[in-house]
Amino acid sequence: MQPTDITDPQYFHKVVDCQWGCPAHTDVPGYIRLIAQGRFTDAYMLNRQANVFPGILGRVCDRPCEPACRRGRVEDKPVAICRLKRVAADNRDDVAALLPKPVQQKNGKRVALVGAGPASLTVANDLLPLGYEVVIYEALDVPGGLMRSNIPSFRLPVEVLDEEIGMIVGMGADLRLGTPVPSMKALLAEGYDAVFVGSGAPRGKNLKLAGRDAASANIHIGIAWLESVAFGHIDRIGEKVLIIGVGNTAMDCCRTSLRLGAKSVKVMARKPRQFFKASPWELEDAEAETVEIVVNHAPKSFVVENGKLVGMLFEKMEYQFDERGRITSEKVVGEILFPCDDVVLAIGQENAFPWIERDIGIEFDKWEVPVVDPVTYQGTRPGVFFGGDAAFGPKNIIWAVEHGHQAAISIHSYCQSRDLHERPPYGMNLTTSKMGTHEWAFSNAYDPVERRLVPHVSLKERFAKLDLEVELGFGPEQFVKEVERCLNCDIQTVFTAKLCIECDACVDICPTRCLTITDNGEETGLRQRLSAPAANLEQALYVSAELPQTRRVMVKDEDLCIHCSLCAERCPTGAWDMQKFTLKVPYAAAAADADLAPARTGT
Amino acid sequence: MSFLQKPKVSHPGLPRNELGLTVRDYEGGMSTLCAGCGHDSITAALIQAVFELSIPPHRMAKLSGIGCSSKTPAYFASASHGFNSVHGRMPSVATGANAANGELVYIGLSGDGDTLSIGLGQFCHAIRRNLNMLYLLENNGVYGLTKGQFSASADVGSKAKKGEVNQQPPIDPCLLALSIGCTFVARSFSGDKAHLVPLLKAGMRHRGFALVDVISPCVTFNDHEGSTKSYQFTRKNAQVVTYADYVPPATEIRSEQAAGTVQSVTLHDGSRVLLRKVGADYDATDRTGAFDYVSRHQAKGEIVTGLLFIDEGKPDMHQVQSLPDQPLNAVPYGKLNPGQKALDAIQARFR
Ligand SMILES: Cc1cc2nc3c(=O)[nH]c(=O)nc-3n(C[C@H](O)[C@H](O)[C@H](O)COP(=O)(O)OP(=O)(O)OC[C@H]3O[C@@H](n4cnc5c(N)ncnc54)[C@H](O)[C@@H]3O)c2cc1C
Ligand SMILES: Cc1ncc(C[n+]2csc(CCOP(=O)(O)OP(=O)(O)O)c2C)c(N)n1
Ligand code: SF4
Ligand code: SF4
Ligand code: SF4
Ligand SMILES: [Mg+2]
Repeated sequence: MQPTDITDPQYFHKVVDCQWGCPAHTDVPGYIRLIAQGRFTDAYMLNRQANVFPGILGRVCDRPCEPACRRGRVEDKPVAICRLKRVAADNRDDVAALLPKPVQQKNGKRVALVGAGPASLTVANDLLPLGYEVVIYEALDVPGGLMRSNIPSFRLPVEVLDEEIGMIVGMGADLRLGTPVPSMKALLAEGYDAVFVGSGAPRGKNLKLAGRDAASANIHIGIAWLESVAFGHIDRIGEKVLIIGVGNTAMDCCRTSLRLGAKSVKVMARKPRQFFKASPWELEDAEAETVEIVVNHAPKSFVVENGKLVGMLFEKMEYQFDERGRITSEKVVGEILFPCDDVVLAIGQENAFPWIERDIGIEFDKWEVPVVDPVTYQGTRPGVFFGGDAAFGPKNIIWAVEHGHQAAISIHSYCQSRDLHERPPYGMNLTTSKMGTHEWAFSNAYDPVERRLVPHVSLKERFAKLDLEVELGFGPEQFVKEVERCLNCDIQTVFTAKLCIECDACVDICPTRCLTITDNGEETGLRQRLSAPAANLEQALYVSAELPQTRRVMVKDEDLCIHCSLCAERCPTGAWDMQKFTLKVPYAAAAADADLAPARTGT
Repeated sequence: MSFLQKPKVSHPGLPRNELGLTVRDYEGGMSTLCAGCGHDSITAALIQAVFELSIPPHRMAKLSGIGCSSKTPAYFASASHGFNSVHGRMPSVATGANAANGELVYIGLSGDGDTLSIGLGQFCHAIRRNLNMLYLLENNGVYGLTKGQFSASADVGSKAKKGEVNQQPPIDPCLLALSIGCTFVARSFSGDKAHLVPLLKAGMRHRGFALVDVISPCVTFNDHEGSTKSYQFTRKNAQVVTYADYVPPATEIRSEQAAGTVQSVTLHDGSRVLLRKVGADYDATDRTGAFDYVSRHQAKGEIVTGLLFIDEGKPDMHQVQSLPDQPLNAVPYGKLNPGQKALDAIQARFR
């Protein structure tokens, strides 16, 4: 193999599994260390730079970082990254002074954002400090998008939303609530320099089965129903409720039902559990609240008596699987009636753009999803950008944020007539963590402590009020331990081949057998003859230049390195060093200056 | 040295041996030797060897004298017996232990100072007794622990760190051992585990005294220009005469192992050592040939490595002295201490 190019910031970025897994590239180990030092405000601001809504995301993020976390490969449970984010938000001081102030000297450019969900808010967050005049049109009377209208307040308190949205609006956004945009044509006619569409995927899918229309008074579409609950238009539901669907919306619907008077709530699933879309923790929370999850039942019809819904008929399913767990065949093995008073349909969302005319150069595909460039987020009409659920269908908040960052970069380039495809580069800094012979600027010892559990309000109390937050968040007893579980994947092992005398000390000491000195060769073969076979192909091999004495190479399998520094401590020549890697993520501000410091590597 | 203990967490895919143990179960305390010391690599090779042989840790005894090398017992197999004795006296302790319990696997760990200076006499007599043990000489050409004075294995002309040049002729432990009847003589290099591990395994399975002299650079006092025991010098001047493969009893020999110039030696327990010869038609069962070969190459400044000589046919100390097979701690008390009357009867025989 060729020697690894560690001057490419993406090489070490990938080693930081959580940061790589986070759509917005949050510097997770960086903020976890700040929490460990009690620097909550700094931890909050470091988060905010990337993910904009640390308090919100510290509660409800989809957490793609956690399945990616290295700790989950070394032991079974990842670091509680998301809950630590909330620790930063819960314990921080007032950050008002640290936020950009409204810019007095505007740059003369006007941008319209449609919708006040996380995608638009991120665009505003990035463009306001650059002097843009930002107008946000929101149909509802409150900002936040689905974060407010759909995510129940027992998961995400309104005050947290208000505060973090307020930080952005406070930078000088012109937020126009209760102002739907009825026509894109008309909006474009107002002469904005650019338009960003962050209007979400607002339409809940229907289930057209026999009896649907006759029973419509007691059949609710999940996301519309949650919105009505959020805004106080609905405050009760029948005693027996069936939820159709197994995504995260279904989980919010079943838990909300319990708070509106339901006594028995069943989530009805067509397939077995391994096919569920809901995050495991959402399922856990729902089941803890006595929601019953019924698998292998396919809805057949609504049963109506005297014009009122009395139950639903299901077909019992049986499935055959192949060795990889995929369904190869299914068969119906019976029918069964589940009595109920209400049904909530939570079977998915769709995009809908009734307000965008189809003759103004904005193209849609056959699913009515706009055609959007995945790099620039521009639609087919120059100057009109899309992001969040509006761009590629329903995703989640952190993706909406990342889309917002990227769209902001594009809008800025667009307003300066630059090529949108020329993206501002990523940069990095590497600085040694060495403080003394065996002293490092981070807590390098492996702490075997297990993942801490978040305390919850007791089952008895939690249904008392609809908006009572269920999770209490980590207190010091939990977070001082949890922070030590982080493996500091951003403190990189950096190798200097010319210093190595091939004494094997590093190879011998490595607890997880990451290192090998061997003859070079092609990757497949090399992966087989390492100290331990490198079976995880998603993780890179770090291959050195030829070693001076034998012309062999040092190979590091990045997969299971726990960043314990022992290789560097045992190296007599300093050929291995532990260096703090800081990824410089470009934002619109960087596109403004294009003055990112060139990547600097170690010795 | 590092202050951290090596964390217990390990690679989830680590193989297990016949006892269900992983290589990590044979580790010991964290080394306090200088970072990069050859002795630490030897320890790692030893751990690998005892793991591969599936030796139950409690059936091993680690014995040593004094020196950096002699600290090795602390750094592997924490669950084994260990004895860190006095300088140069490990062979006596090993002899006593072996006489009392011949069932354990004895691993002696020593340095060139411990063996070739203060302990030279003890070393020679343990060889002559054909004490059943693996004797590992971690050879760095200096007294590491006492800050790098030349040892008796330093070559003429080898330079000390501060520039002093050694004038006294070296004692070559392998030639010495060959000359006094040693039944297993090998040399290797700490920087070449593929070469070293099979030799350690064969040495432990050999019945009798197995000397493995391992060139083991002292990174702190003897790894500079002008040293003849540095990583660089050893890599340049080592001449591998045989590669050994250790084949456990009742294991089939793979075809590539059986090819051409391979010499097979069967050990007393049915295991075999296959010697792949490099170049010269070397016969590892010919004592005088071996002596001749090693000395000729030594004169050219080459360090001959490999299994240099093996003689599996000689009785070990237990057999020569007709010592009981049963460990003394398993002999019933009445038999072990038959009482005054029995002693009187024995003494009467000499009157
Ligand atoms: C029940 C439910 C639970 C969820 N839970 C989570 C969770 O726990 N974690 C997570 O990460 N994600 C969750 N999501 C997904 C997440 O909420 C969305 O992916 C995210 O909010 C999308 O952000 P957005 O900015 O693209 O649009 P949205 O949040 O959908 O905001 C769009 C806004 O645009 C407004 N708008 C639409 N059309 C117009 C118009 N023509 N004129 C003016 N305004 C308009 C809407 O009123 C809305 O306020 C959940 C979604 C649902 C439905
Ligand atoms: C009776 C006695 N004499 C002298 C010493 C001092 N001493 C300690 S270690 C050592 C030499 C060790 O050299 P070596 O066996 O080569 O071990 P290394 O440290 O090089 O591995 C000496 C002379 C001692 N401990 N005891
Ligand atoms: S151990 Fe820490 S730095 Fe590494 S992936 Fe997990 S959270 Fe990120
Ligand atoms: S830091 Fe070094 S010794 Fe520790 S796990 Fe990573 S490669 Fe191994
Ligand atoms: S410890 Fe240092 S000198 Fe020794 S092999 Fe490793 S990198 Fe090379
Ligand atoms: Mg020595």
